[in-house]
Order: sequence, then structure tokens, then C-alpha cells
Amino acid sequence: MATKLKPVDAAIVGMGLTGTIIAKELAEAGLKVVGLERGHWRDTDPDFAMPYVHDELRYVGRHELMQDLSRETISFRNNAAETALPMRQLGSFRPGEGVGGAAVHWGGLTWRFLPWDFETRSRTLARYGKGQLAQDCTSQDWGVTYNELERHFDRFEYLYGISGKAGNLRGRIVPGGNPFEGPRSREYPNPPLKTSYAGALFKQAAEKMGYQPFPTPTGAVSRAYTNEYGATINACVYCGYCMFFGCEMGAKASPQTAVLPNLMRQKNFELRTHANVTRVNLDAAGKRAIGVTYVDSRGREFEQPAEMVLLCSYVLNNVRLMLLSGIGKPYDPAANTGVVGRNYAYQTPSSVTLFFEDRVFNQFMAAGGMGMTIDEFNGDNFDHFGLGFIGGGFFQAATSGSRPIEVRPVPRGTPRWGSEWKRAVATYFNRSFPITIQGACQSYRGNYLDLDPTYRDAYGLPLLRMTFDRRENEHKMSLWLTDKAAQIAKAIGPSKMNVAPRTEKYTIVPYQSTHNTGGAIMGADPATSAVNKYLQSWAVPNVFVVGASAFPQNGGYNPTGTVGALTYWALDAIRSRYLKRPGPLAG
Amino acid sequence: MGQSSGRRWFLKSVTALGGAASLPAPASAAEPHAQHAARAPSQTYMYLTQPEVAFVEAAVARLIPADELGPGAKEAGVACFIDRQLVGAWGTMAKMYRQGPWPEGTPQQGYQSPLTPQQVYRIGIGEVNARCAKQYGSSFSALTPAQQDEVLRGLDGGKIELEGVRSQFFFNMLLANTLEGFFADPIYGGNRDKVGWKLVGFPGVAAVYTAHVDRHGVPYNAVPVSIQDIVDNVAQVDEHGHPKHILLTRKD
Repeated sequence: MATKLKPVDAAIVGMGLTGTIIAKELAEAGLKVVGLERGHWRDTDPDFAMPYVHDELRYVGRHELMQDLSRETISFRNNAAETALPMRQLGSFRPGEGVGGAAVHWGGLTWRFLPWDFETRSRTLARYGKGQLAQDCTSQDWGVTYNELERHFDRFEYLYGISGKAGNLRGRIVPGGNPFEGPRSREYPNPPLKTSYAGALFKQAAEKMGYQPFPTPTGAVSRAYTNEYGATINACVYCGYCMFFGCEMGAKASPQTAVLPNLMRQKNFELRTHANVTRVNLDAAGKRAIGVTYVDSRGREFEQPAEMVLLCSYVLNNVRLMLLSGIGKPYDPAANTGVVGRNYAYQTPSSVTLFFEDRVFNQFMAAGGMGMTIDEFNGDNFDHFGLGFIGGGFFQAATSGSRPIEVRPVPRGTPRWGSEWKRAVATYFNRSFPITIQGACQSYRGNYLDLDPTYRDAYGLPLLRMTFDRRENEHKMSLWLTDKAAQIAKAIGPSKMNVAPRTEKYTIVPYQSTHNTGGAIMGADPATSAVNKYLQSWAVPNVFVVGASAFPQNGGYNPTGTVGALTYWALDAIRSRYLKRPGPLAG
Repeated sequence: MGQSSGRRWFLKSVTALGGAASLPAPASAAEPHAQHAARAPSQTYMYLTQPEVAFVEAAVARLIPADELGPGAKEAGVACFIDRQLVGAWGTMAKMYRQGPWPEGTPQQGYQSPLTPQQVYRIGIGEVNARCAKQYGSSFSALTPAQQDEVLRGLDGGKIELEGVRSQFFFNMLLANTLEGFFADPIYGGNRDKVGWKLVGFPGVAAVYTAHVDRHGVPYNAVPVSIQDIVDNVAQVDEHGHPKHILLTRKD
């Protein structure tokens, strides 16, 4: 029997990147707010303290900061003809767990999606006609435009102290930045990180080929910076233990460094850790949320009544909670009806690794998001006529931290073990670097999320089932993009290259990226979106679903910057309109 | 090559922070942490039996052999590393999803074995040893290196079939653990004397690299620092706890 608790104004599920910002803003607006987090409290000191945080086996090999799959995982299959089986250990993606969520171990890359990305379908049809899209492609417009989001991108970048160089200031192209980005109202809050040797070589070669390279924008902050919440993020020291680690310097933007110091002082806010929300409770008509039910670390069940519920957990859990709670109609791929679980998408990463005989790169001196990028081949920045695909991705000479358990490239054809392997790894560990391509991924009718009929979590609830494979559009795109990147690589002059486009059947085994998207997508039409343009559930208007679960398809960028912008965009509508008159904000 | 142990290096006497700094000045500059590194390696085991230890030591010695580049996985203590991993959370799948049913699934669906890594090693080693006894008349560890390579190649690629566990699955786990044990921080029992890091030129626990990160193409030949070195005060640290790396220069 659940213990019923005192009502609050807002219950927030998940205390990661989106949940902490929303908690702070709603508490400040005078609401009584409870933040429910299934994992532990974590902070720079003592959780990420030296020397123990520089432990590659613990944090990368054994996933210290990531989801405990013994309690809950997903099941996976490539298509509906297969039987989905549980993801028994982490592989392709690494969701976080605990206060700060995946924004503790993220890599820092902070992008704005292109104006084109928000209008993928209409702009593709307008420029290329219907033939450019696969028949079963369900990619669509977001219902919100870049211009509407601009000031929210700006606010998030200034909250997280992003280091970068503007390329388009109010329509004026600025040398040294990304000339393809949407117009921004002002410069980044902090200058770019230093340039690595790999980045310098890439820049030189790219410029010679007529491209316009610029430093990758990142939340590994280049100098000490104090944000609007009074939180200070320190200067990065390029230690190279960044992505998949917490930062001992407090130099990586995260809820811990940017928001929690302020949030934890808010009198209206209460954080409850080890609170695993199992459902959102609805009224008898199913039109209104009346609170949430959660289970604590002792197995006790609690009912937390709330006037509004904000789902701010990872993409996959946001969708699962909607399905478990009956919020919105589940997607049916056969009939192509229903909305929850629709348009699950991912990323299409590929790479070119360059090997040299006589140059050392010290790629272990690094920061998350440290790199030199070109954006010529992203979105619709290039002519897609005759190419047979839409979308693209940025290319980056990446210096994100080489540690030898995870990163020890050898030229293709080298044996996997024995003396010949040993000689190769000794030669090339410090004489190689990658150009990585963050390829986009469109959405398709057959790629979706629903509840598994067989496998259950530790509480006896069905796992989320993922049905996903990349399609011809993604494979063609990856081949074409990776070939373009290989041309730049060749101009740099390596002795050998591994060119690795992404053309195989999607597999859940090797790590690819924690950029899962969709399943609770935003849009202008309740028939094809689970939430409206303000991330408000169409079906249950006092539930908001915040995060990359709202992306109708994924762009050729890391998602975090756009997630941050959507968070402030939704908050703006909640604070300025919803709190004054609770009810549907659109439609 | 990385800074293989066969080469002679001398102390340049600067730290990663660039200062001439107060460093422990070792009499023999070739290996400033030699005294610490020479601790007797642990020989105790918590999960593996003695025949299993013999198998693992022999197998990892072929996967990463000792050769002119330096010590291999056996010398690095990888058997000890694997034993400790097996006895801990990883070896018992404490953070993995363990509910059935257990169909084998497609390769794209990943790990679907009902066996814990503990059980994979027990079954795999037992079956390989039995097979070696039948084919060669002795257990794996007593075979010649060429015969051992033949067996390992048979497992890697699936030519040798095992009954209780897929041979490729067992081999992949053994290889992955060998690499982890060779390159993980020595606190886990492998990478003794930081031989894996020395082989590739990885400095281990990072220093503050702000002043070095844009010195393009300049080698950074630091004496690697482990977590243990810092806890034992063998390596000096700055105010944030980052070690002050000792840089070596090649003596030609």
C-alpha cells in the first residue's frame, strides 16, 4: 500500500540537465517543487575527486556513472519480425543515473541545430520534391522554428558557459566561426579551447580545400566563468578524463557546476534521491495527472500528489513512463496511428582514423568537445540533388581523450593479438587521431518504442522495447560523408587510414553515442506528435515531457544544446502562460 | 615506438607545470619510481583455481607476449587482474540484466548468455584443457607456444567448438579482459610496474596539461603515475591533486 504524501505544485521526474533547470525556475516562480531522482546524490567533491576519478576501468569499462541494468534495461530488435531481447550490458549508448544524469559524464559538445533541422520535411519537399524522402520516412517539422528558439539557445549557452566562436552574429558572417549556423544574438560566453595538433593539421588541410573550419563549441569551459545563477564553472586543465567521467576541477558544465549550487538553496525545492518513479497517476477520466508513484531504496511505495508533472528523465524512460501511465495513444506502426513511441531515432556516427610514422599527437591531453570542425556537409548546407539521401553531419578532428583501454587504434589488417598487434599499438597509440562524423538519422515507420511483452524490470513492470535499424538514407549518407572526410584526411598526409563509414545493420553492442531521440515527439498536429510545441502532452495537459524525446528526428549534431534550448523554451511558456491559466497551450 | 623499457632515458627534471620544481631526485634516473614499482606482485587468488591460473597465465602470455618491446600480459599480472574482476561485481553480473528467457538472439542483440563471466571462465577453461589433453596429451599451459597459438586461433574464429559456452564468446571475453588488465590502473592487480602504459607512452593519472596541450608535435615522455603512486606519496601533486609528471628525455 502506497503512503500518500503531502501535495506539491510540481513533481519533476529525473534530476539531470533538464530537471535541474526546471526545478530552479519553478521554485523561483514560487511553486513548491519536488525533484525525484532514482540514483544517488553526486557532487564534484568528493565523488569526482583526484586521484580516484582518473580510473579508466571504473568509469569507462565498468560504467560507474551509468544506469544499473540489473534494475531496468530495454529490450531490442532490428525489426518487428524479430523477438526483442534485453540489453543485458551497456553497449551502443550509456544513459546516466544519479543526480546530474548523463550531463555528468557527457562529452560537452554543445550545438544549435540548424534552422533547416527544425523544418526538415517542409524544406526538403520544397527544394527537392517528394522523391528525395524514403516512402516510410516519417521525419517531420518540429512545430517550432530556430528563430523562436534563438534566445533560449542563448540563455542555455550562457548558463553552461559554453566555449566557442560565433560564425553568424545577427546575420553577419564572422570569420573563424561556423558560417552555416543560424544567426545568434551575441558571441559565446567564453572563448574556444586551445587547439590541439590534430585540430591544427585538420584546420590547415580543410582551409586549403576551401572549407571554413572552426573550434567545436563545448561545455568544457576555457576559463573560470560565473553564470546567471551565481554558479562558477572553473577553467579546464585538459586532463583528458572528460567524457564518461565526472570533472575533478568543476570545469565541465553540468547540473553540479552550473545549477545545483543555486537550486539546493531554493526553499521551495526538495530533492529526493533513490526515488524511482514507476508511474504518473491520472484521474478517472485519464485527462489529468494527479501525481506520481515512486519506490524508495527500501522498497517502500509512495504516492506524491502534484498539480503538474514534468518528465525530465532520459529519452527512453520518458517514453516508458508515458506508456506505463497511459499518457497519450501508443504508436501502432502497422496502422501508422498513435503517437507515443513514434519516431524513435538515433545517430549515424562514422570516422576516419589517421596513422602517422613520425608525428606524435599527445591525444591524452584533451577535453570533451575539444576539436576542429567543418559544417559544410551538415543538414542542407550542400546540394543533395542526385545523392539519394537527406541530412548530413559535422566533421571534427577530435581530441576528446585517448586512454588505452578504450582508444588504441591500429591500422586495418593488424591482428587482434600477439606480437604484431603489440608492435602496432606501441607505434600508433600516440601517432594517430580520428576525424569523426556526427551523422544525422531520419525517422521511419518501423523504428519505434513500445512495451516489451515478455521482459520486466525489478518492479515487475514491462521493459521498454526498441525496434530500430538505420535505413538506406543513413547508409548512403554515411558513405558519402565519410568519403568527403577521407579526402581531407588524405590531404593531411597520414601513412595509413582506417575509413569506417556506417553501413552495417545496427547493433546494440559497440559504443556509438548516447544520442537516442524521439518517442515523445513535439509537433503542431496531435495526430503525429505526443507533445505540442511547448513540450506539453496533448492528452494530459498538466504533464510536460522534456528532453531529446521531443526530437522528431535527429540532426547531424550532438543533442545537448538543442535540449537546453527546448528546456528554456518550454519553461518560458509555463512561467508566462501556463501557471497563470493551467490548460492546453496549443491547439 | 612508445617508450619501451629497453631504451635509456634520463630525467629532464621539469614538471608538467613547467617549473624546475622540487622533485625527488633519484640516484638512478632511469626509473624514478623503481623502488615503489618493485613491490612483490600478489600471488593470491580468490576465484580461479591453480590449474585455471596456469591456463590464464599461459593464454595471456600469447595474447600479449613478452618480447623485445617489453613485458607482456603475464608479467603485467593480468591473471591476478582477471581473478579480481571475476570475484567482484563484474564477474557476477551485478549491474547487468539477468532475467530470462535466454534465447541466443542475433549478433546485433549482444550478450545473451545466462552464464556469468565467472561461469564462462570455469566452463571455457575446463573444456579447452580437456580438449588439449585429448589432442596433445597435456593441458593448455604445458603446450609449446606454437601449439598454444594454434588453440587460441581455433577459439578466435570459432573453428574449435566448445559445448558449454560458444568458443568465440569465451575468447572475446578473455581477450577483452587481457587488454583491460594490461592497461587499467595497477590498483586492479594488472599493469604491474605500469608496463602497459610504458609500452604505449600513456602517462596514467593526468597532470594539468594547459601549458602542453598546444605544444604541437612535442613528445611528452612522462614517467607514468598510478592512483597508488599518489596515495603512497610516491608522486607529488599540485593543489588540485594532479600529479606533477616527471619528464624524461631520450639519451642519444
